Amino acid sequence: MRQGVLPKIILAAYLVLLMLPIYWLINLSLRTNSDIMSGMALWPHNPTLEKYVHIFKDPTWVHAFGVSLTYVAINTIISVTVALPAAYAFNRYAFIGDKHLFFWLLTNLMAPTAVFAMPFFNLYYAVGLFDTVWGVALAHCLFNIPLAVWILEGFVGGVPREIDETAAIDGYSFPRFFVRIFLPLIANGIGVTAFFCFMFSWVEQLLATTLTATNALPFAAVMTRAYSVSGMDWSLLAAAGVLTMVPGAVVIWFVRNHIAKGFALGRV
Amino acid sequence: MTGKPINNRAWLFVLPVLAFVLFSSIIPVMTVVNYSIQDTMGANNFFWNGDGWFRDLLNPSTAIGARFDDALFRTLAFSLVCLMIEVPLGIAIALCIPRRGWLVGLTLVVMALPMLIPWNVVGTIWQIFTRADIGLFGAALTGLGLHYNVTQDPISAWITIVVIDVWHWTPLVILLSYAGLRAIPDAFYQAAQIDGASRWAIFFNIELPKLQKVLVIAVLLRFMQTFMIYTEPFVVTGGGPGSATTFLSIDLVKIALGQVDLGNAAAMSLVYYLITLTVCWIFFTIMTQLERRRDA
Repeated sequence: MRQGVLPKIILAAYLVLLMLPIYWLINLSLRTNSDIMSGMALWPHNPTLEKYVHIFKDPTWVHAFGVSLTYVAINTIISVTVALPAAYAFNRYAFIGDKHLFFWLLTNLMAPTAVFAMPFFNLYYAVGLFDTVWGVALAHCLFNIPLAVWILEGFVGGVPREIDETAAIDGYSFPRFFVRIFLPLIANGIGVTAFFCFMFSWVEQLLATTLTATNALPFAAVMTRAYSVSGMDWSLLAAAGVLTMVPGAVVIWFVRNHIAKGFALGRV
Repeated sequence: MTGKPINNRAWLFVLPVLAFVLFSSIIPVMTVVNYSIQDTMGANNFFWNGDGWFRDLLNPSTAIGARFDDALFRTLAFSLVCLMIEVPLGIAIALCIPRRGWLVGLTLVVMALPMLIPWNVVGTIWQIFTRADIGLFGAALTGLGLHYNVTQDPISAWITIVVIDVWHWTPLVILLSYAGLRAIPDAFYQAAQIDGASRWAIFFNIELPKLQKVLVIAVLLRFMQTFMIYTEPFVVTGGGPGSATTFLSIDLVKIALGQVDLGNAAAMSLVYYLITLTVCWIFFTIMTQLERRRDA
């Protein structure tokens, strides 16, 4: 139904507008500060990787990048692992309080993080998780686990119940059935869920910065270094900004075919 | 939802989820509840204040009440404007994406990119992009002779925050709508063609009804996220100029951390949270109703 030329033009124009701010960031990251301040340029005339080299040589930046990837990975693994049996239970069984529990889980997606930042700080400080990657990973579970349960429940529902019954008749114990038969069937869903857990943990910065000081400071928070009394280091800020997009771009490239399927289930 | 075996041992499957989420939710929420019903004279001496903070908050003639109403109005207006732009735009763009072909994958990847940028970096990108001296957007608008200044002109600040949100989150509506459109079988379109239905008729009679469910989800998610917006305006406008873009989250942090006015901030947090919950409960009910109707 979409054969005309007009839709293609609209789509192309939209994509160009969408990429423009990102392109501008890349443009600035390849120019020196004096070059940036001396005037506008639609593309870098004397491109330089100076700021990228600077970031890669500075242990603080490199450490922070590792920290960000670590807590995101821990969070994704915890969220998916814990959510799998729960999603199965919500989809396959009726139990006391199931609907209320499901809505309560979803309410945690709706809690404004700005509201709870300070109590979070108090809690994590008290239990000794302040300024650790585990603390940030655990804090992000607050919204990522409910999200994972929500998405996975949709995928579990896509597997016919007869498969569970057949496996039971064939003599599979439940854990064996779950790991050997059921998980491979929803591999797509696990991929999509992991992607969204990655995404929301990677982009969330308010809790991540509230709960850390130096050891576990996320990469995007180290960017405040570019704001200094001697003036803004626009070029450095831009280069660091570009680097924060790389992990997301890599991950989405790998899951691009699963994403459409995941969205098709109407979850997320 | 029908015909599920009743099995209360399923709770065992849910327990780990409960443990993880409870750890991070119950104690912070109770801390806020605690502050909301107590007052302090400093030095960690708290005493019972009953519903005092709430009565102040909900009374528009008090300073905090007026401030709360202003911020609430601003936030609701912001959510509404964003939804009114993002939902129609999202559907329109989704209709432009071809159903299949090698370009589809690439298009989806490019579209998802803004959503994968840390939120404070989104703020930074636009902080740079809207500057008149080094940013393309700011320079272009100024060059056209328009009065555009994010840090001094409230209208510029508002437009900027809305544009940022549209840029950042319309892709979510597009991806959801596109998935919904793809789920429509080709046979529906063929039947419409045989009947000689116009493009508009196809949209209103086939596509829009089929999109109903994903659109409810899209509106729910977008309402939640816009209603809770914090990082982007914090980075780009800092809530200003004046209090033009001081949305509820920003105002709360100002009251709680800036003025260390814990009682007022806590009462405000809870009322704010309850509003969000109520709206989401309404959407959730609509969503489950739709699902039930589909199953029946």
